[in-house]
Amino acid sequence: MRDFSYIAAKTIPEAVALLDEKGESARILAGGTDLIVQVREARRDVDWMIDIKSIPEVNVLNYDATTGLTLGAAVECYKIYADDAICDAYPSLIDATKIIGGTAIQGRAGVGGNLCNASPAADGIPPLIVLNASCVIVGPNGEREVPVEDFCTAPGQTVIKKGEMLVSVKIPAPANNSSSYYLRFIPRNEMDIAVVGAGASVTLDAEKKTIVAARIALAAVAPTPLFAEEASALLAGREVSDEAIDAAAEAAQAIARPISDMRGTAEQRTHLVGVLTRRALNGAIQRVREAT
Amino acid sequence: MLENKEYKVIGTRPIRHDGVDKVTGRALYGADFQAAGLLHGRVLRSPHAHARIISIDTSRAEALYGVKGVVTAKDLPDAGDKIADLGEGAVNLKHLCDNILASDKVLYKGHAVAAVAATNPHIAEEACTLIDVEYEVLPPVLEVRQAMESDAPLLHEHLKTTSMGETADEPSNVASHIQHKLGDPEKGFAEADIIVERDFVTGTVHQGYIEPHNATAHYNADGQLTIWCSTQGAFTVREQVAEILQYPVSKIKVVPMEIGGGFGGKISVYIKPVAALLAKKTGKPVKVLMNRADVFEGTGPTPASFIRVKMGATKEGKLTAAQAYLAFEAGAYPGSPVGPGAMCIFAPYSIENVIIDGYDVVVNKPKTAPYRAPGAPNAAFGSETVLDEIAEKLDIDPLEIRLLNAAKEGDRRADGPIHPRIGCIETLEAAKAHPHYTAPNGKKHHGRGIASGYWFNIGLESSVTINVNSDGTINLIEGSTDIGGTRASIAMQAAEVLGIPAESVNPSVVDTNSVGYTAVTGGSRTTYATGYAAYEAAQNVKQQMIARAAKLWEVDEANVQFADGEFSSINGKEEQISFRDLCARLGETGGPIVGSGTVNPGGAGGAYATHVVDVTVDEETGKVDILRYTAVQDAGKAIHPSYVEGQIQGGAVQGIGWALNEEYIYNAEGEMTNASFLDYRMPTCLDLPMIDAVIVEVPNPGHPYGVRGVGEVPIVPPMAAIANAIYDAIGVRMTELPMSPDRLLKAMGKI
Repeated sequence: MRDFSYIAAKTIPEAVALLDEKGESARILAGGTDLIVQVREARRDVDWMIDIKSIPEVNVLNYDATTGLTLGAAVECYKIYADDAICDAYPSLIDATKIIGGTAIQGRAGVGGNLCNASPAADGIPPLIVLNASCVIVGPNGEREVPVEDFCTAPGQTVIKKGEMLVSVKIPAPANNSSSYYLRFIPRNEMDIAVVGAGASVTLDAEKKTIVAARIALAAVAPTPLFAEEASALLAGREVSDEAIDAAAEAAQAIARPISDMRGTAEQRTHLVGVLTRRALNGAIQRVREAT
Repeated sequence: MLENKEYKVIGTRPIRHDGVDKVTGRALYGADFQAAGLLHGRVLRSPHAHARIISIDTSRAEALYGVKGVVTAKDLPDAGDKIADLGEGAVNLKHLCDNILASDKVLYKGHAVAAVAATNPHIAEEACTLIDVEYEVLPPVLEVRQAMESDAPLLHEHLKTTSMGETADEPSNVASHIQHKLGDPEKGFAEADIIVERDFVTGTVHQGYIEPHNATAHYNADGQLTIWCSTQGAFTVREQVAEILQYPVSKIKVVPMEIGGGFGGKISVYIKPVAALLAKKTGKPVKVLMNRADVFEGTGPTPASFIRVKMGATKEGKLTAAQAYLAFEAGAYPGSPVGPGAMCIFAPYSIENVIIDGYDVVVNKPKTAPYRAPGAPNAAFGSETVLDEIAEKLDIDPLEIRLLNAAKEGDRRADGPIHPRIGCIETLEAAKAHPHYTAPNGKKHHGRGIASGYWFNIGLESSVTINVNSDGTINLIEGSTDIGGTRASIAMQAAEVLGIPAESVNPSVVDTNSVGYTAVTGGSRTTYATGYAAYEAAQNVKQQMIARAAKLWEVDEANVQFADGEFSSINGKEEQISFRDLCARLGETGGPIVGSGTVNPGGAGGAYATHVVDVTVDEETGKVDILRYTAVQDAGKAIHPSYVEGQIQGGAVQGIGWALNEEYIYNAEGEMTNASFLDYRMPTCLDLPMIDAVIVEVPNPGHPYGVRGVGEVPIVPPMAAIANAIYDAIGVRMTELPMSPDRLLKAMGKI
C-alpha cells in the first residue's frame, strides 16, 4: 500500500471544492469497508482520501410517513435497521442492510457507499430501485437528482462527475397495501457476495388480491444492478397468481445478461433470476397480506 | 490386549496450559516478532502459470530509497542433481530450491521469483513492482487427465515416469506410478453378483489455516542463523533450510512461535529460506509475511484428483473384489499424496482381491502439501460412494454392509501391512447405536448419508526433557509445536506417571537448540509419540526419585514403591514421602533431577471414523444445508477428551467445506480467480450444525495408554457421507467435488 493523504471535510462546499481540485486522485471515505480494502490490495490508486463523516447532511436519517425517507450518504447500516418506522416502511432495505458484510461491517458500511462503489452485486441497490429511490448529488454546479436505477453506469462507475458527491438518498413514502422484499443467493449462509440478488416491491388493491403496481430489480446479472422494467409492468393490474409471477420471473430472466466467474456460471445465474424473482415477489405479497 | 482402564489425569478436561495467553492476546505469533533494525521482506510472484524466465533485472528495485537487498534464485547455492534427504523420503534438491525461488521456469501463478528487503513493508512492496522479469509465456496444463496426455505441455523436460522401479525413456508429466495388488482381482470380480464402477473428480482445496506463513531470519556475525517462524516442526524447518542453503544444521536455530493452524500446510518451507537469504545479504534481521492471496497461490494445497473405483459384491453384500485408479495432481513438482491415498482407500474393509494403481502427475498449480490425512479423503469419496450404491442396489442398510465387510485385526491391507488391534467394527457399532442413525428422516428433500474412513497415523521421533522443581511441579520441555492442545495432552501423560495434577506440569515448546530431535506435528503423531516420550521421561524421573527416596531412607531402591503421588517403603520401618515433599529435598539427596525420554515408536495405531449426516437440498437453487452431523471415531484412548472432540469437529467441518464449496477456481490462463476467503468458501459457523463427536476407545497396544492419533481421520468420511445424503435427498449421485449449487443444478437437470 502506498502513502496517501487524509482530509476530513467539515462541510459539503469544502468536500466539493476538494473533490473538484483533486479530481481522479481523490476518493470519498465514508465507512471505508470497500475503499480501504481496495487501496490496501492495490486495486485502486488514491492520493487523497476525503472523509465526509463529519458533514451533517450526510448523516441525516429522517423518516416521515408522508414525505418518506432521507437517508444520508454516510449513514451506517445498523442505524437503518435499528429504526422501527423505517423497518416497517421499507422492509426490502432492511433485508439488504442486514446481510451486507457481517455485524461488524454493518457498524461502518452504509447504503451510500454501497451505491458509490457501484458493484453489480451490491445488495443495497436493488431495494432502492424497487422503492423508487433517487440520489441527491451535489457538485460545483449545484444539486441534481438521479433515479437510483440510472446511478450506476458500469462496474465501479457511476454518474458522479468530477467535483460531485452523493449527499443522500430519498425514498418516497410507501403506498397503502404495499411492501417489498430483497433476497440474494449465496452458497453459504453469510459472508458472501450475491451470486444473484433480486428485489421486489408490490402494491396490492384494498382486497389484497390484485397487483396495482410492482417493481423488480436484480443484482449480479449485468454490469450494473438492473431495474426489470418490463417484468414489473407485466404485473400491474393482474391478480396475484403463480402464472402472473412466473411471467414476471421469465421477463426478468430475459433481461439478465450475466457472466460466468468464480461466484457462479451464467446459466446458473439466469436460472436463479427466475427463482429469486418469484421468491422476492411472493415475499413482498406475503408481507402486504400479513400486515394489519 | 491393553485394558481400557480409568486414570487419574488421563481422560479429564483440565484447562490448557497455553489457554490464558491465547485468549488474552499475549501469545506471540510469528508476525508479532520485533527486533532492532528489523527489515521487511516481500516476495515477487509470477503472474503466469507457466513461463520460461528469460531475464530478471533487479536494478530499478535496488535503486529505490529504503531497499536494502534483493535476492533471486541466483543467490541460492547450485542444487545440481543432488537428492535431499529430509527424513520423510528423498526429494530432488533442484525441485525443492526452485519452489523457493524459480530459476529457469515458473510453474504456477504465484511462484516466487525474487524478494526484496526494505525498511518498511510498503517500500518492499513497491520495490517488487520495479523488478523487471522477462518471461516467455508457455501454455499451462491445469488438470490431471490433460497433463497425462502424451501431447500435453511438459512442465519438466527431464521428468520421466518411474513405474515400480523402472524409469521410462520419454519425458512426461507423470512422475510416478505405483501399484498395490492383493489376491486375484479378476477372479474376485468374476465371483461378484454386482459390480459398480464410477468415475470421480475432486477439486484443489487449501488447508485454510487462519494465520498466514511468516518468518524472521537473522545471521549473527559468527554465521549462526536463527529463524523465528510459524511451523508444524522446527526441526523439519532446520533440515529443509539446511538443504536449500547448503548450510550445516548445527549453525541453524529454529524458534517456533505460536502457530495459528497448519493442518499439514506448515511443514514445507516457502519464505523461511527467503528470509534467510535476505538476512544474509543485508546483515539485518528480515521479516517476511504472506498475505492471504500469497497463501492460496504460493503454498501447497491438497491435490485435485481423478479417481475410478470399481467394487464387486455377492448379493448378500460381501465384497469380493475392489479396484481403484487414482490420478493425483502433484502441483508443480512431484510429490502428491497419491501413496497414502492408495494405502487408505479400501482399508476399512476386509477384501481378498484388490488392485490399486496410483499416478503422481505434475500440473501448473502450486506444489501440493499435506492436508489432514493427505490423499485419503479424495480416495474415500470414490470408494465410499460406490459402496453406498452397492448397498442401495442390494437393498442392504449402508451401515450393515460396512459391518459385514469391516476390517479387523489380522486382515491384510492391500498395500501390505496386517492390521493390528483396530477399532473399525466398534466405530461402526457405535454409529449404529447412536440415536442419530435411527432418528426419523422422511421429509421431502431431506437425506441421510454415512461413510467411513481410515488413516494409518505415524510414529516418528520425539524427545522430551523434564526438569523437576523444588515445589513439586515439573517443567516439561518439548519440540512439538502445539496446534490442537498438545501441550495439555502431553503434559497429562507425564502427570499421570508422576501422580501429580496436570496443572503441576509447565510445558514449553522450545527451539531446536534446546530439546532433542522431534519430528513434525503431523501424521496425528504428537499426542501419541511426543506423549510417549513424555511418558518415558516421566518414568525416568520416577526412577531417579525412587533412588532419592531409597537414599533418604537408606533402603534398596527395590523396596521403594510409588503410587498415587506417594513414595513409600515397607521394608523395616514404614516410610512415606509425597512427590512434592521429595522434590524439596533433591539438593540434599544428590542434586537436581532431569529426566529425559526419546522415542521412535513403530506402533502408531490406525484410526477409523464413521460419519452420519443429514442434509436438505433446495431443489430450485441447488444449495445443500447440513442439518445434523454425527462423527464417530476410535481415539484409542482420549487423553483430553475436549481436544479429541475438537479435532473430530474440526476435521468434519473442513470436510464439509471440501464437500460443498471449497475449490481453487482457475481461468484458462491458469490464474486462480478466488484467492481470498471471500470467494474460497470455507464454511462459517452459520453453515454448520453442532458437530456431535462420539469417541470410541479401542486402546492401541503400541502406546502405554492406548493412544491413537485423532487429528486426521475425521476429514476422510465427510465428502462421501454428504454425497450419499444428497442422493438420499434428491436421487442424484454426485461424483464431482465440490458439490456446489451450480453442479447440483446441472446434475438435477435444472440448468
